[in-house]
Amino acid sequence: MQFFNSDKMNVDFIGKRRLFMIVSAIAILVGLASLMVRGGLNYGIDFAGGTMVQVRFANDVGSDELRQALAGVDMGDVSIQQFEDEEAHEFLIRVEKSKTDLVGLSDEIKVVLDEVFGSENVDIRRVEMVGPKVGKDLRRQGMLAILYAMIGILIYITLRFEFRFALGAIVALAHDVMITVGVFALLNKEFSLPIVAALLAIVGYSLNDTIVVYDRIRENMKGSGKLDFIGTVNRSINQTISRTILTSLTTMLVLVSLFFLGGGVIHDFAFAMIIGVLVGTYSSIFIASPVVISMQPKKK
Amino acid sequence: MIKSVKLRLAIVLVSVVLALIYLFPTMSGKVPGWWGNIFPTEKIHLGLDLQGGIHLLMEVDVEKAMHVSTDRMTDSVKRMLLEEKIKVLEVTQTETGTVKFILEDASELEHLQTFLEERVPAWEHMSTQGPVIHYLVSEKDQDRIEKLALDQAVETMRNRIDQFGVAEPEIRVQANNRILVQLPGIKDTRRAIDLIGKTALLEFKLVNDQFDPTKITVAELGNNLEVLYEQTRDPETNAVISRRPYVLEKKSLMTGEYISNANVRFNSQFGEPYVSLEFNSQGAKLFDKITAASVKRRLAIILDNNVYSAPVIQERISGGQAQVSGRFTAKEAHDLAIVLRAGALPAPIQILEQRAVGPSLGRDSIRNGFVSMVVGFLLVVVFMVIYYRLSGLVANLALVLNLLFIMSILALAQAALTLPGIAGIVLTIGMAVDANVLIFERIREELRFGKTPRAGIESGYGKAFLTIMDANVTTLIAAIVLYQYGTGPIKGFAVTLSLGIVSSLYTAIFVTRLVFDIVAERNPLKKLSI
Repeated sequence: MQFFNSDKMNVDFIGKRRLFMIVSAIAILVGLASLMVRGGLNYGIDFAGGTMVQVRFANDVGSDELRQALAGVDMGDVSIQQFEDEEAHEFLIRVEKSKTDLVGLSDEIKVVLDEVFGSENVDIRRVEMVGPKVGKDLRRQGMLAILYAMIGILIYITLRFEFRFALGAIVALAHDVMITVGVFALLNKEFSLPIVAALLAIVGYSLNDTIVVYDRIRENMKGSGKLDFIGTVNRSINQTISRTILTSLTTMLVLVSLFFLGGGVIHDFAFAMIIGVLVGTYSSIFIASPVVISMQPKKK
Repeated sequence: MIKSVKLRLAIVLVSVVLALIYLFPTMSGKVPGWWGNIFPTEKIHLGLDLQGGIHLLMEVDVEKAMHVSTDRMTDSVKRMLLEEKIKVLEVTQTETGTVKFILEDASELEHLQTFLEERVPAWEHMSTQGPVIHYLVSEKDQDRIEKLALDQAVETMRNRIDQFGVAEPEIRVQANNRILVQLPGIKDTRRAIDLIGKTALLEFKLVNDQFDPTKITVAELGNNLEVLYEQTRDPETNAVISRRPYVLEKKSLMTGEYISNANVRFNSQFGEPYVSLEFNSQGAKLFDKITAASVKRRLAIILDNNVYSAPVIQERISGGQAQVSGRFTAKEAHDLAIVLRAGALPAPIQILEQRAVGPSLGRDSIRNGFVSMVVGFLLVVVFMVIYYRLSGLVANLALVLNLLFIMSILALAQAALTLPGIAGIVLTIGMAVDANVLIFERIREELRFGKTPRAGIESGYGKAFLTIMDANVTTLIAAIVLYQYGTGPIKGFAVTLSLGIVSSLYTAIFVTRLVFDIVAERNPLKKLSI
């Protein structure tokens, strides 16, 4: 079976590079705009600090009942979110509380729930408390991790290829990360530690794709002298596109499996990865190599 | 590349057998007795998010420890000055942590300075203004004292946790005076925090009955008296129900450092639990002296500034025994005995981060992770066979071996498998076939150029090799950075992702090439199923 025949395929990717750059720029701008409108990302308690309690009830409890039960606890803004499977009667109670002691808060919540619904019906499945100090640290660490990964990669590609290739790769990576983060801002999805892990995995993945194309360009540059640089790049993209799409496809297969079957924590992680793999595949075809061409010193 | 097919086959077989040996304890659940004599018995270690348990990040208030240590030093310097006959009006620690001396006679300045230089070298002279002199603990000694406090805190926590009985606890010192504690299998967070985080400073102070504690004024308290409370808490909600004040003499006569043993006992009349204390010989002597000097007075027993009880000393107590009673539940008394035996923390601690996963969620996570892994695996395997036919089967063999190696290295290295770790494995399934996709696409290209299957395989592998290396090294860089910066379960993702990358290089290149070579050796290929 074969989706593409890379010998016969000859799409002019490079000729349309301006179009793709505009499309990407718009996507990034939409992301930035929604970031500004929302006043930043919707940080989960990992980064914002706060308390989260995941609770499951043996009996039929609705979110209104739960909200009423918790009204007596002094804890400021509470967000109550029901899990998708309504039969499970499972909720996430999230409190962003900074004014008083966070440590005892989950106990208070447990006591109230036990009282109202009966302790035999209440199963506290997960409790997380992150103090504001740690939240700040984790935020900084997350940013640093992505930054250092990019620097490390920049160095590696510069060593293995040329600097302009490295630059193209980094532009593509920044592009992928910005769009993925932008989607999270746009959908107001919670941004937590696993999402940072997903971003780093996306960085690795998207680069994987980009390098395969670069490698082909390098190989082709050594070979025939018939084509100019732009032609060589275009030829290389055409030759590798079959592989690029295939690998994205197999990766997507497992991600879809994780997305639907992996459960709560993994769900958002898989979502970020799906966006990242789509964008990363696109960028390694339409962004990474065209940037290298823009960097090409003009011949006189 | 090694030319001999036999040698390569031997390498692959040996690595597979080794992997199976390391995986056997995890797969079989229970290993036969003779197995442990020859082979490893470690199972794959599950992270807290999968087996349930508590993760606590705490910060030791080293400034407070510093303050206490300087206070103690100041007290002994005061005594030394008295012996040396250097007259001072005041020796106190200031709010900023410096020690302030006020000399009666400013001309004794030099005497004081030489004396301190000689006897208290840890203190550095800061400033002199007439008779007022400031000293500060040198930076080196500050670091030493802070480190000591941190080490002592870890030691005490380890003691308490060991006595409480937790299987495989993890206690680690981190940067910024932080301590990370992981307690697998523990459910009751409040109890765990109480047990680990309680300072547990036990003090004995005399009650001053001349004043009515509800009416005493600040002026009457002066420097030597203080008011502390006996609090009664609701056993269920932990909320304070009532507070009873006491006027106490501030000076603590004795602390818990002399305790040699502490046990739970039950009151014979009402069956109420209390904690009985035994002092070591030095403590017994001290307690004897204290009680002898204050018969008929009330002696308050104070834990972390809460009065537990204040019985009247009926007679001198020389047996070296005392008891702490209050309105405990049996559990509370049990935990209190542990913390008193293990000793006090050198400084208060603050809980910065707390994560607890119940066993039911852990089980669900394992199931979800496993199901998504199997489904993801099947999807990829089926796709590879449809797209590459027999060659797809070869790639699938590599995939199975890859999973086998990831798992066995996890067991070998005793690295924790977490839920994000499972996600990393699932992701690896999707990404590991990439190497084979690269090779196969390349072989197809070569075949289209009219090469024979054998030559096509040869140049396909040759040309794809560097690409695969380059592509994987960069992903590996990202994974290593993540390992460095990730916390908790996220680290598990970095681990499985890195393992998957490295092992996929072996399975997808070395193993599949071997299969092709074996097939080609037996019967020269006319047509390649790819």
